[in-house]
Amino acid sequence: MSARVGVVVFPGTNCEHDTVSAFERAGATATLVWHTEERLGGLDAVVLPGGFAHGDYLRPGAIARFSPVMDAVARFAAAGGPVLGICNGFQVLTESGLLPGALVKNRGLRFLCAPSRVRVTSVSSVLTCGLAPGTELGIPVNHFSGSYFCDDRTLAELRDANRVVLRYVENPNGSIDDIAGITNAEGNVVGLMPHPERASDVLLGSADGLPLLRALVAAAADVHAA
Amino acid sequence: MSSPDAGEPQPAPQLEPQPLPLHRALGLTDEELGRIVEILAREPNQLELALYGVMWSEHCSYKSSRRHLRRLPTTGDRVLVGPGENAGVIDAGDGIAVAIRIESHNHPSAIEPHQGAATGVGGILRDVFTMGARPLAVMDPLFFGPPDDARQRWLVEGVVAGISSYGNSVGVPTVGGELTFDPCYAGNPLVNVLCLGALPVDRLVLARATGAGNLAVLLGATTGRDGIGGVSVLASAGFSGGDDAKRPNVQVGDPFEEKRLIEACLALLDAGLVVGIQDLGGAGLACGTSELAARGGVGLDVDVLAVPRREPGMAPWEVMTSESQERMLAIVVPEAWPAVDALCRRWDVRASVIGTVTDDGSGVLPEATGHGDVGGSSSGRLRIFDGDAVVGDVPARSLADGAPVYDRPLREPADLASKRADDPTASEERGDCGVELRTMLLDPSWVYRQYDHQLFLNTVAGPGGDAALLRLAGPGLPPSDRGVAVTTDSAPRWCAIDPRAGVALVLAEAVANLACVGASPVAVVNCLNFGNPEHPEVMWQLSETVDGLAAACRAFGIPVIGGNVSLYNESTGSDILPTPVLGVLGLVERLRHRPPPVAVAEGASVVLLGCRRGPGDLPRPLGGSRWAVECRGRRHGELPPLDYGAHERVTGFVGSLVAEAVGGGAGAADGVAGQDLLDGVHDVSGGGLAVALAEMAVTGDIGVRVEGIDGHQELFTELPSRLLATTRYPDELCARAKEAGVPAEVIGVGGGDRFVVEELVDLPMHQLARSWVRSLADRLEPV
Repeated sequence: MSARVGVVVFPGTNCEHDTVSAFERAGATATLVWHTEERLGGLDAVVLPGGFAHGDYLRPGAIARFSPVMDAVARFAAAGGPVLGICNGFQVLTESGLLPGALVKNRGLRFLCAPSRVRVTSVSSVLTCGLAPGTELGIPVNHFSGSYFCDDRTLAELRDANRVVLRYVENPNGSIDDIAGITNAEGNVVGLMPHPERASDVLLGSADGLPLLRALVAAAADVHAA
Repeated sequence: MSSPDAGEPQPAPQLEPQPLPLHRALGLTDEELGRIVEILAREPNQLELALYGVMWSEHCSYKSSRRHLRRLPTTGDRVLVGPGENAGVIDAGDGIAVAIRIESHNHPSAIEPHQGAATGVGGILRDVFTMGARPLAVMDPLFFGPPDDARQRWLVEGVVAGISSYGNSVGVPTVGGELTFDPCYAGNPLVNVLCLGALPVDRLVLARATGAGNLAVLLGATTGRDGIGGVSVLASAGFSGGDDAKRPNVQVGDPFEEKRLIEACLALLDAGLVVGIQDLGGAGLACGTSELAARGGVGLDVDVLAVPRREPGMAPWEVMTSESQERMLAIVVPEAWPAVDALCRRWDVRASVIGTVTDDGSGVLPEATGHGDVGGSSSGRLRIFDGDAVVGDVPARSLADGAPVYDRPLREPADLASKRADDPTASEERGDCGVELRTMLLDPSWVYRQYDHQLFLNTVAGPGGDAALLRLAGPGLPPSDRGVAVTTDSAPRWCAIDPRAGVALVLAEAVANLACVGASPVAVVNCLNFGNPEHPEVMWQLSETVDGLAAACRAFGIPVIGGNVSLYNESTGSDILPTPVLGVLGLVERLRHRPPPVAVAEGASVVLLGCRRGPGDLPRPLGGSRWAVECRGRRHGELPPLDYGAHERVTGFVGSLVAEAVGGGAGAADGVAGQDLLDGVHDVSGGGLAVALAEMAVTGDIGVRVEGIDGHQELFTELPSRLLATTRYPDELCARAKEAGVPAEVIGVGGGDRFVVEELVDLPMHQLARSWVRSLADRLEPV
């Protein structure tokens, strides 16, 4: 049986169906998880997809972190389960403290939906495990608050522990150190601003996101087997 | 929302005292008041007068345009729902229907660009999901004055940010649009918005109330004083300075509320819990209640006390005419109410029973024939209650369909003949074609990069190309291999010269754009943006446009399935150019590969398909061209002729080649496979061959050398029915063109780092690319 990936839906989330279909393409069985759920019930991986959870009111992710499902996600992460936050999901992960730093408004103060190229800079994570370091991938971005920021000490920690998993080849939004995605110390919680599910079919312009999704599915399968 | 320099907050519009008689303050004429008295057989009270004021506004009633719109062809094999409903619907095959609608939000955007544009998006989405369709794509044709002054830049920034913030957040991709600058829009910008949605055919619902005893349920946001009089005060009058006072008439949008409303309504429809549903947009509850009742031939009792309010002290007339956004009115059988309530709670959507369907009027309704029969006592009545007290009682149909239909005087402009004679083709000399070309380049990415154009994983060809091409897929739809294409087109500079011929050329361009992505046209929606209908020349423009569009639709065999008319686009007495905007929907049978890009490829031949000269070898006309208007300031002359047969041959040829490429078919038995034959394709339109070639070169990031172009007239003419293809198999392409009766000629080859049109243009590619990339950013973000 294939790995079971749960895709969390907050009111205002809008990439949930895209994320489900991309993960199914990557070999998983994907289901939607409503934000009021207090248990994750036998999932092998959890994905917080893109969108505007709770309308991004106050600031992106600031209200979503209080949705009941987030306690379950935190427990799942603490137990070593693979957790991925894409775009708004990354914002939710930083707001909940599952990842350090914050996503601030883009340089230029405009929304940006554009192709981007990222380089795999660490393979010590559930998203990049198995990829060759230095691999370049074409994966689009779609965000207003996508500029990663953290204090110097956190940045040093991220660098020293090889926790910056993806960097932009050409920085589109002013992110510190060209950071596009990071992981926690254990490598099982990953957040990234680009949308790998939007790069899951050459018909749509790129399938470069699939290796990342497959890596997560493989990590989930390990959980499943364990 | 009060203007910052007004000091005190703007009070809500007061019904009394008024310097004008009340009916005139509400936008009604003395004759219209007389007619209301006739219908009611008594004087209307203030509430009733307010209802008629909004429902009989130009915006809601189409009273000036209705008699003309009847001339448009509206039927076809695929048409499931034609004009008159919230959206037109066609059968796309595989059990999927596509709903499409276009609207304007011009006047609100002129007053408050961010909210005006944002609520335009919100409104059109509701029109589409009202039909049971999930909104899948939005397009935004925008028209502003030249961005060389701060106010225009403020408008552009605000409108684009409004569309971006609302559309992105509500979760519907914006996949295309248009951007036009002309001084005529400086005082009255145009913000049109098109939405396309899809639904399983069997989920199609119509906006009508049925079944006495059924409940009217208000869904969504609370009702406040925002947007009162939006349709009458704002949308049905021109601008004349001091218009900041109209800012309270602009609604304020909340995309998060709308997102939950979409999900809740689609879930209600999926569960079969509603018998009819209508969005509340312009004219608010007045419109929603009267249209639901009139279409269903029933009556409706509505209690304004049951309407959840955003602010205290609202009078019944304010509740009924508020244009507060993100609200829907559903008709529900009483037994279904608990399930409806529970489902709405899940999505945090407010649901309140505010009324009851009364008599069902079965079999006793008089047929609507226009004037006179709308007040019949057998027609359902709309009764407004304030608790127990009846505060208004009018025949529902008299509001929805009873507005007078005006036959406004129309007059051909007196100087028409002299303007047509003033043609730039012969009199304007050639200049530096390279310099002129560079001024005409415009990269719209500054705009569309701010829009999410990829959500739903359907966008195969997004903004910036000839037409958007989407997979026909979405949550809840049956699986399908098909694609759907959509384009919006307009050319006010053509329509100003000749509205009848101009709009036909616009439709021809749209058909060519669809061909570039392999789609066959199946339906048209139109947004007719015009000036003041009380000016006979404007009514002439409107009438000519309708006739031109009707003829072109018949010639191409494409029905009009919906539309919108926006009048009173004028400021300080000056009308905008006639601006019909067409949204054309096309279908692709099988979508498996990406269509050829708008690009030149290294070593590929550039082939011009279609006639290089007009029928009868007419001189290549420049009247109405971007070159004449923008480079030489010449707005008059003659438009190039359109030969429908030749146009259908060339667009049919290109369309079938591209369809072969995207469908992954085997192609001709002994020839080159479809997906290999074309490396690039683009239609020749605004700016002529020069701009089309430059766009292909810049996008392909490769130089091009073209020869044999006969002077600046052939370089810049906008003669229709021509497309450019790039191919590594020019002989094969030309042979197949010949078989199809399409003229084809190799005019150049891709390669190198210069853009060369022999004897006319020779520019380094980096210069051309810079003109393209910086065109908009430099003007919108001056240092």
